[in-house]
Amino acid sequence: MIPEHLRKAAQAWTDGAVRRATSKSPERSERFETASGRLVDRLYLPDEDQIIKYPDKLGFPGEYPFTRGVQTTMYRGRLWTMRQYAGFSTAEESNERYRYLLQQGSTGVSVAFDLPTQIGLDSDDDRCIGEVGKVGVAIDTLDDMERLFEGIPLDRVSTSMTINAPAAVLLAMYIAAAEKQGVSKDRLAGTIQNDVLKEYIARGTYIFPPPPSLRIVSDIFAYCMQEVPRWNTISISGYHIREAGATAVQEVAFTLADAICYIETALSAGLPIDQFAPRLTFFFAAHTDLLEEVAKFRAARRLYANLMRERFGAQDARSMMLRFHTQTGGVTLTAQQPDNNIVRVTIQALAAVFGGTQSLHTNSKDEALALPTEDAVTVALRTQQIIAYESGVTNTIDPLAGSFFVEKLTDQIEEEARAYIQEIDKMGGVVPAIERGYIQHEIEEAAYVYGRSIDDKRRVIVGVNEFTAEGEPDIDLFEVSEEVRARQIEKLNRVRERRNQAAVDEALRCLQEAAGDAKANLMPPILAAVHAYASIGEICGVLRRAFGEYEERYS
Amino acid sequence: MPKGRILIAKPGLDGHDRGAKYVAHLLRDAGYEVIYTGIRKTPEQIVSAAIQEDVQLIGLSLLSGAHNVLFRRVLALLSENHADDILVFGGGTIPSKDIAQLEAMGVKAVFTPGTSADSILDTVSRLLEKQPSVNLHE
Repeated sequence: MIPEHLRKAAQAWTDGAVRRATSKSPERSERFETASGRLVDRLYLPDEDQIIKYPDKLGFPGEYPFTRGVQTTMYRGRLWTMRQYAGFSTAEESNERYRYLLQQGSTGVSVAFDLPTQIGLDSDDDRCIGEVGKVGVAIDTLDDMERLFEGIPLDRVSTSMTINAPAAVLLAMYIAAAEKQGVSKDRLAGTIQNDVLKEYIARGTYIFPPPPSLRIVSDIFAYCMQEVPRWNTISISGYHIREAGATAVQEVAFTLADAICYIETALSAGLPIDQFAPRLTFFFAAHTDLLEEVAKFRAARRLYANLMRERFGAQDARSMMLRFHTQTGGVTLTAQQPDNNIVRVTIQALAAVFGGTQSLHTNSKDEALALPTEDAVTVALRTQQIIAYESGVTNTIDPLAGSFFVEKLTDQIEEEARAYIQEIDKMGGVVPAIERGYIQHEIEEAAYVYGRSIDDKRRVIVGVNEFTAEGEPDIDLFEVSEEVRARQIEKLNRVRERRNQAAVDEALRCLQEAAGDAKANLMPPILAAVHAYASIGEICGVLRRAFGEYEERYS
Repeated sequence: MPKGRILIAKPGLDGHDRGAKYVAHLLRDAGYEVIYTGIRKTPEQIVSAAIQEDVQLIGLSLLSGAHNVLFRRVLALLSENHADDILVFGGGTIPSKDIAQLEAMGVKAVFTPGTSADSILDTVSRLLEKQPSVNLHE
């Protein structure tokens, strides 16, 4: 509630000063909107609820409802993890990039896999023509994984792997590679993305239909609870949903709707909420509308804490904490005047830090054109370091709290995301909502509205539809050679010659048996197959035959 | 009466189809009949869909960097199937140095990030009139 005397004073100001000012010179627009199309008022006023309801709505950092952050001391204690997503060509070349980034002060590794790996295909599969090593590193067998992490101490570095449908296979390879370094699995720290639902919604690297996909996710939860206790078993991702065109509210809503589905799956597999929920993590985008993004992160934390406590009866505070990684918005980068992207990324990175992120990837200026060069990646990392060490925004916790506008936006985003989740609940949850195409359609519509607003210049994108320059200078771009596939196939063949084929056949047979037994956990047989140097295509091939493949329907 | 029939297609393994869907929507709104293949289609599937659906144009969208290989394969298959009257344009994250190569192999236009709706509509309408190849990557 806005106090009555203030409301009256504001009305008088609007009727008097504002009217006089705008009659002399009108405002720049009739309508001011956020990047997500939300109407923004001229001025926001203090709300008494922020004081009266402070304990319920804001609380203290590290305490329910975590609006102000999940750690007690936030960045005064420890800065976020600076984790640059990287990977290309072969394991050897990517290994060099990781070592470079760690030398430059990165504090974690984040692996990008190529599309064949993400879809569970070997590099010699016909469907992989042109794709091997292109958007990430090609991994066929444990041999590649050993090379990928050579000289990187897996007991000291935490690793995030963007892998979804075949997440179990890559996690198994990571565990096996670490064992070869002498690091046991209970000491491993890191994250697998393992979020297949958003693959159906927005990202496209699905393999199996939803029920077996959800079983694999739940098997990973159960296995890691016992065997890899420091591992984050999933990174429930709004990032790709946002990249596909969703608004900030949709990003929060659809991500949490996915989370609800994973939690319900694990609960029905008999896992106790407070045993697996503390290992769930999230991944969001940071776009350029600074204040809306900050509010989004705060709203997501409050909404999740509330869901976990009220809907799922979690009691451990760690189960209620929405811990998240942020990446700056790839779609906001422009191919035109690419230096401008450094500025966009800086604003977006600030939004993530004001929003209380646990780790951050900053995009490089050349990523609207190709994979980033080493120089461009270095500037992106330096951007984080300048925010961390020079800007001063890390000195106090949740510094934008109490901004009349940010608090109002936080309330609005939470409320609207909650309404979306109720809508999805009414459809029977996120899987029916995906199968019906509801979520995809909502995103596509939002993308179209946004795109049209750029086409007709209601929205200005600097260098694209305004302030354009003639004759863009050529910049040096990173290239992945077409020969990578041949080299990768050669390595794969060498492994196939060297390995004990009978052991591979036996491991794959055990996996097939486990796939047919809904009560079996798939992780141990996958780990055994990986140890025998079975390839990702062979392992996923067994599962493809057992589970079938997902076919998207188009309207 | 629709102004023309166009297949928007996603070759390869890349799942990013915001651009493909956007262009499909834009062309539909402009009065074209548009068929979208969905993601992860092989060049064979795309060419067979184009012939079956009797389209005049194919728009290929790709963001994974596999364009040189996959666009070439689509053009070769069209020619093998005596369907090279179907013209091909493309879009995605395509470095400018590759554009000349794609055009030399027969891709009629390449749209890179930031291309305006007007220039896409303009090019499509010119291609349908079988105008000579144009280049809009600026």
